[in-house]
Amino acid sequence: MNIPPDLKYTKDHEWLKLLGDGEALVGITDFAQQSLGDITFVEIPEAGDQFDAGATFGVVESVKAASDLYMPIDAEVLESNAALEDAPEQVNQSPFSEGWIIKVRATDPSQLDGLLDASAYAEIAKD
Amino acid sequence: MGGRAFLHGAMSELRRTPLYEFNASRGGRMVDFAGWEMPVQFASIVDEHKATRSAAGLFDVSHMGEALVTGPEAVAYLDSVLTNDISKMTTGRVVYSLMCYDSGGVVDDLLVYRKGESEFLLCLNASNTGKDMEWLQAHRAGFDVDISDVSDRYALLALQGPVALKILGALTDLDLSDLKYYWFAETQVAGIDCLISRTGYTGESGVELFVAPENATALAEAVLEEGEPLGLVLAGLGARDSLRLEAGYSLYGHEIDQDISPVQANLMWTVKLNKEPDFIGKKALTMENANGPAKRIVFFKTGSRRIARSGTEVLVEGSPVGRVVSGTFSPQLNEAIGSALVNSDAQLEELSVDMRGKSVRLFATKPPFIELNP
Repeated sequence: MNIPPDLKYTKDHEWLKLLGDGEALVGITDFAQQSLGDITFVEIPEAGDQFDAGATFGVVESVKAASDLYMPIDAEVLESNAALEDAPEQVNQSPFSEGWIIKVRATDPSQLDGLLDASAYAEIAKD
Repeated sequence: MGGRAFLHGAMSELRRTPLYEFNASRGGRMVDFAGWEMPVQFASIVDEHKATRSAAGLFDVSHMGEALVTGPEAVAYLDSVLTNDISKMTTGRVVYSLMCYDSGGVVDDLLVYRKGESEFLLCLNASNTGKDMEWLQAHRAGFDVDISDVSDRYALLALQGPVALKILGALTDLDLSDLKYYWFAETQVAGIDCLISRTGYTGESGVELFVAPENATALAEAVLEEGEPLGLVLAGLGARDSLRLEAGYSLYGHEIDQDISPVQANLMWTVKLNKEPDFIGKKALTMENANGPAKRIVFFKTGSRRIARSGTEVLVEGSPVGRVVSGTFSPQLNEAIGSALVNSDAQLEELSVDMRGKSVRLFATKPPFIELNP
């Protein structure tokens, strides 16, 4: 089970990578992609869309099930990973790098403190 | 991430096939299927599916049930409970048949093996084995026949794909060019007694191997060792489902069930209405076939990657006309495919489903979705 130590996490199995200037990448964790199985489709929002923390910003579908994606913090979407349209399996293969789902700008950067660190997330991501 | 995708059930009540250790130790992701702990996948459903179509896949299907029917009136008895023509079967032959209710709905779909003049082996769906055995026993009155559940005597492996017969050929002295599609032979594979059935559920060439439970692991290991250099992979039930759906094959509980008849499911080729013996469901099916069914199974493509899942309502211009019964992703077509039970008068060019507020078209397609090479 891969849980990179430098990322932030949510209890819903998403990760957030700080890029500086309030920008961050968001994706789903190794635990999440393993549980889902082969991902066949990712529904992603458009640049400019705004979401409150906890709101559904997209859907990830696998052969097994469809699962909502929840925004970890209040944020505006800057960019979605266009590669996932033709190759959603990238989320399975590289959930923390090439499988990133959206790039956002945090509306309220203080919310980042409320996210889980790697060791706290490891407690949740047990089989 | 929405929580429904995560399974955290207690699996201690589930049954295990003789290949449980073999599956689990090789990365099988074990899930509950019909009360059995089975591998849904090993590495990836999509990769296992693709490997089966380009090389070969090895599937543990030991959870299937088997019944032995013997006795002087075995043929007459089976012709009374099964839709296909059993009296016409030669020894060595396999036949796909349905077992129906009086209403014409389906008890199960099964394979029938004629082992001798008065000896038949039936291969039953795992989810229906108990129900089937009760049904068979309940309808034997007046026939001189013995019926027993012999599921414990068999493990079952499916070896399917373009190189399946090449792999098998290296492990047996039987000349496989003599074993035609829907025939079987009892011989040795890797020195182990097997019933080799030239059948399958993928649309590729290949076999299903019935073997004694104590020999199942050794057989699987021998096949894997011989086949791995040729591209053979272990494959699970997830790939088994996407393969059969691409091939246009029915799955009990989806395209056929208690309330879906062979007329509705386009399976009348396995129902011999003209055979002389009366069989359970004959009258209802004759009438439904003559009048035309009120509903029909329709296979479809979506032109998109979004899977229309089983249970989803099917619409024509916003009005419900049926429901999806099977849906998955087709790796060969690179799009979502499926099947639906829809009203016979529904306009097939106008089918759609609502997926999270979006209308997604279903394009009615005559199966199979891919070219079959059994």
